[in-house]
Amino acid sequence: MEKVLSKDENKALAPKIAEQSGVKLHECYQCGKCTAGCPMAHAMDIMPRQIVRYMQLGMLEEVLECKSIWLCAACGTCYDRCPHRVDLTALIEALRHEAKHHKICAVREVDIFTETFLGNIKVFGKSQEVILAGVYNTLSGNLLQNMNNVPHMLRHEMVKPEIHGVKDKEGVRRLMKAALEEDDK
Amino acid sequence: MMKYSYFPGCSLDATAVTYKRSISFVAEKIGMELNEIPDWNCCGATCAHSRGKWLALALPARNLALAEREGLGLDIAVPCASCYSRMKHTVHAARKDEADRKKIEEIIEMPYLAKSDVLSFLEIFALPEVMKACKEKMERSLASLNVACYYGCLTARPREITGGISTENPMEMDDIIALTGAKPIEWDFKTECCGASHQVDAPEAALPLIERIFRNAKANGATAIVTACPLCNLNLDMREEEINKKSGTAFDIPVYQFTQLLAVCMGATANEAGLHKHFYPAYDRINDTLRRAGA
Repeated sequence: MEKVLSKDENKALAPKIAEQSGVKLHECYQCGKCTAGCPMAHAMDIMPRQIVRYMQLGMLEEVLECKSIWLCAACGTCYDRCPHRVDLTALIEALRHEAKHHKICAVREVDIFTETFLGNIKVFGKSQEVILAGVYNTLSGNLLQNMNNVPHMLRHEMVKPEIHGVKDKEGVRRLMKAALEEDDK
Repeated sequence: MMKYSYFPGCSLDATAVTYKRSISFVAEKIGMELNEIPDWNCCGATCAHSRGKWLALALPARNLALAEREGLGLDIAVPCASCYSRMKHTVHAARKDEADRKKIEEIIEMPYLAKSDVLSFLEIFALPEVMKACKEKMERSLASLNVACYYGCLTARPREITGGISTENPMEMDDIIALTGAKPIEWDFKTECCGASHQVDAPEAALPLIERIFRNAKANGATAIVTACPLCNLNLDMREEEINKKSGTAFDIPVYQFTQLLAVCMGATANEAGLHKHFYPAYDRINDTLRRAGA
């Protein structure tokens, strides 16, 4: 794979991302409680403990390109059980922001879901579960995923043809634009 | 004074119909006043905080500011664990750092002073005043139902945001469920993760999370699982049959919202409690339990 970061960038990024998430990297002594408690660890390519280790070593590219930061369910178990209160959940969140900035996302479906969800809010101000599922299935190519549940949802009016949106759509759109500008600074 | 500003969240207008119906039934029964925030928007959920810090703070802030503008001075009741978490994060950030609060005001183009607290429905129903009001309205008993109270992640973690409830063995829902006469069981997966939206965007990785929850509930004798979140409930209820087919398991555990059990015991019909709207059949378990209790 082509190098995304220069050597200098690689070195400078770890402290920056750690600071953004309020984590002091040296406080992790690799006990592994985060990994032991992580419900998604079985599917990860780099274990939660190793994410911090790679960052301690300044190996940012490995971390930004891994699947683990996208498979994290943000459940907060790692942080809760960490004997040194290293906020790994927040660290992973900051890593996602950085990866997205470099247009890297090792789990394509998670990116599609996130963008579709946010697109929904931008248009309607509220999440529309029907549209979210339809657009996600189309873009991800998993056309029939969960579709077996749709008849039940229709029968029980869990999904309806009408849209529940906010009235002040323009206000929500301006808010999102201003917030994302701030985030992308 | 059981009066709150109310942020229902997007799911309550869609898949969480059982939660919505049972909340309004119970609120009316016990005289709890829920004032829906006018023109509220989506809290942004996991997707907003995946994308950026300010997006994650600003989307909930608009709702909090709208509630403030109403001038009722009430705390804000939030039934969804994810909405609750995102709104609490915003309150926390605005209170902790004055510069952040001002930046939030700038982005949402509204004043926001972060005076009101955000409360989950679990926190509200565990208040002595609300417990007492519920107890007085109990007409029926669910004795013989063994309930695994499933809290999920975000009503408990992170602890400096949720403040209070135990992250490993919370008891709030257990205490509320005990009012119905049902027996809350001891089990190990109270605050394990259901996989949230990964059940959609990474289903192969996330399905085992649900299977483990059912497995542990069953091993500890649960005849029902009870949740306090639209997505926890949907993920378990909608995928139980799928897991049985794929893994050859024989889980037979209906998944209710805690407010549904309260509603049933306060005299709600199956329709009022939404008992026919589950993916995994949920009516017979309740009906049989009530009969056995002689109600």
